[in-house]
Amino acid sequence: MKKVKTAQELKSLQEEIKNSRDPEKPCITICAGTGCLTYGSQKLVDNFRSEIEKQNLKGKVEVRASGCHGFCERGPLVVINPQNIFYQRVGLDDAEEIIKETVLNGQIIDRLLYVDPVTQEKILHEDEIPFYKRQMRLVFGMNGNIDPNSLEDYLAIGGYNALIKVLNGMEPEAIIEEIKTAGLRGRGGGGFSMGLKWEATRKAPGLPKYIICNADEGDPGAYMDRSLLEGNPYSILEGMLIGAYAIGSDTGYIYVRNEYPLAVKNITIAVEKARELGILGKDILGSGFDFDVLIVRGGGAFVCGEETALIASIEGRSGEPRAKYVFPSERGLYNKPTNINNVETWANVPLIINKGAEWYRSIGTENSKGTKIFALVGKINNTGLVEVPMGITLREIVYDIGGGIPKGRKFKAVQVGGPSGGCIPESHLDLQVDFDALSKVGSMMGSGGMIVMDDRTCMVDVALYFLKFLEEESCGKCTPCREGVHQMRLILERITEGNGKEEDLKTIEWMGKAIIDGSLCGLGGTAPNPVLSTLRYFRDEYEAHIKEKRCPAGVCKALITYTIDPELCTGCMVCAKICPVEAATGEKKEVHTIDQDKCIKCGACFESCKFDAVKVS
Amino acid sequence: MKTRVKKIIDKYHNDKGFLVPILQDVQKEYNYLNREALNLVSAFLEVPISQLYELGTFYKAFSLKPRGRHEMKLCTGTACHVRGVPLMKDNIERILQIQAGETTPDLEFTFETVNCLGACALGPILVVDGEYHGNLSISKTNRILKKLGKKVKIDEES
Ligand SMILES: Cc1cc2nc3c(=O)[nH]c(=O)nc-3n(C[C@H](O)[C@H](O)[C@H](O)COP(=O)(O)O)c2cc1C
Repeated sequence: MKKVKTAQELKSLQEEIKNSRDPEKPCITICAGTGCLTYGSQKLVDNFRSEIEKQNLKGKVEVRASGCHGFCERGPLVVINPQNIFYQRVGLDDAEEIIKETVLNGQIIDRLLYVDPVTQEKILHEDEIPFYKRQMRLVFGMNGNIDPNSLEDYLAIGGYNALIKVLNGMEPEAIIEEIKTAGLRGRGGGGFSMGLKWEATRKAPGLPKYIICNADEGDPGAYMDRSLLEGNPYSILEGMLIGAYAIGSDTGYIYVRNEYPLAVKNITIAVEKARELGILGKDILGSGFDFDVLIVRGGGAFVCGEETALIASIEGRSGEPRAKYVFPSERGLYNKPTNINNVETWANVPLIINKGAEWYRSIGTENSKGTKIFALVGKINNTGLVEVPMGITLREIVYDIGGGIPKGRKFKAVQVGGPSGGCIPESHLDLQVDFDALSKVGSMMGSGGMIVMDDRTCMVDVALYFLKFLEEESCGKCTPCREGVHQMRLILERITEGNGKEEDLKTIEWMGKAIIDGSLCGLGGTAPNPVLSTLRYFRDEYEAHIKEKRCPAGVCKALITYTIDPELCTGCMVCAKICPVEAATGEKKEVHTIDQDKCIKCGACFESCKFDAVKVS
Repeated sequence: MKTRVKKIIDKYHNDKGFLVPILQDVQKEYNYLNREALNLVSAFLEVPISQLYELGTFYKAFSLKPRGRHEMKLCTGTACHVRGVPLMKDNIERILQIQAGETTPDLEFTFETVNCLGACALGPILVVDGEYHGNLSISKTNRILKKLGKKVKIDEES
């Protein structure tokens, strides 16, 4: 691409691209987000491309591999435009048929349509599907309209308009005021006002100033930052450009988890293309403003998502946090004023500049404005990424968007906020989700992971799971976190093994408080949350483990036994064949039994029995 | 080896600020951080070897031991956890006779857990040599390991 030298030139280029595109031209969009790629959608893209060649349709039909559409459960996803037809669970060999039937002849292929599980109605368009209908996809929705490696695509949907607006005479102070008024709070966990942070960094003495995009996303169960980086890297760059201009920074860093190779690749390409076009580099669009971005891959440590640890990691040291007597906005990277924000927070910036703070303020609740992307996962029918306005209820998310719990099982809890968050029980399903409401019930927004659990999930086991994770990820610098989390893990482990004591629960509670108060950074400062919140709402489960040596959900190995229900067993012998220790035995067509002395509780028989004859108790 | 390591360091303009990416590339080149390569990095960049070991042990992405021919990564993200991944982990450990994070003595298998692959809809997930196996079950792990040459009892019909 030719370098653009002024805002006017960029605007004309945008117009040129827009005009050269025929909105009526057939376009096949294939979701190539991580979820769909796992289903093999790259192959599907290749098949579409070669089919287009074969049928001499090159130039007549567009094929676009886009970022994540969010509805991972039903992948691979394909959208056919201009009719906006939505196909799901598309087979890798369906390319030929789709081109022949739908693209060329306008025929709908029934079996690829989404069927509403309630009404059994077939649904033609994406936005009519219940999963999408209740969402408000302001930040995430653009993903479906662009090829993440095509800067032209981003320009064609009005990309970099916000940058043009800013460089066309918005004063840095005015930009900061706009972000402050909009009420945008950080999406990385803390929920601090983005505008205030920008202001502090702008005012702090010292040059150069740095800005950082935190894309470390270590919460095991959240992947919205990844999908944004993979699917729409330009919008994040645009947000960072505006931030840098407002703060007075000339260097930005994007710190990406090393486990996200596609995100690294796409953001790297986006940066290179932006440099080529002249929207990164020196004297951007003739404004005198210089800014460039460096990409740093993380080393795979959860704690590096914490801002001071992240800074240490960029400086080439181990990612250990420091106490924040002085904020990074005053002394951050290389001891210079540094502003750090999360991926999703940055992606909200162009929206606010384009549509105005007042518009943005109209979405959400009193103190939480805009939308939030959640990763809705676990025991839920519609796994995926959902973007909803703040203030929506948990019930709407779990049931209307998520489609409820699989196999008609009973909802037990939803864990929000990852390892720093907490479990929320059924009694709070009508909670209106925002920063403050979540904290009030002992959870937190965190990264936006939302893990749904049913009656087969043991809450003690879940709490133990998070503790193990945090123990492993604790950097070891401060004692309350290093030793406290370790001791708490030992106690919980003892409980799940049936050796819990009644006083353990009291011990956990006061230890939790001590760890929260005494830890150096947010990792330890929130580490007890998963335990304390489950203890708050599911004390009876803890007590069952301790007093009755019983795991009500049938999960904790030491407390369960597998038996065979003679009424249901047909003597099919599957369990006997699969049992690795020959504990399950029996003759053909006769009731089988499990020898408890031999059984290692591997669960293989339970999983493989087609007649539900194997019982856990 | 000298030129290969030098090439990596040159890519980062001899900048000590890029120690982590440099080690990532070294690891990619040799499949683990071997002593010799670390010595070279230390000499070229004039950083103490202890600092490299500090990084090598701190970050999960690094391995100081050689890795197996087959790499198995089991997702233990929260979504996979509640969908029963611990049972599959136990099963793989039992069959390979190693714990997660270890390599079999014959250098055939390295088995590790990872913290979330971001493909929760398909959970539980096992990645074998880069290939994703979704909706994992105990019997699926059996079949995968059998294909890779381990002796495992499987139910032929399923
Ligand atoms: C243990 C720990 C892990 C964190 N991980 C992340 C992360 O993965 N991504 C992120 O954006 N923020 C993470 N944070 C929050 C950051 O420290 C910081 O608050 C955030 O990046 C600021 O951006 P925001 O204001 O836009 O949210 C973490 C904090 C702690 C204490």
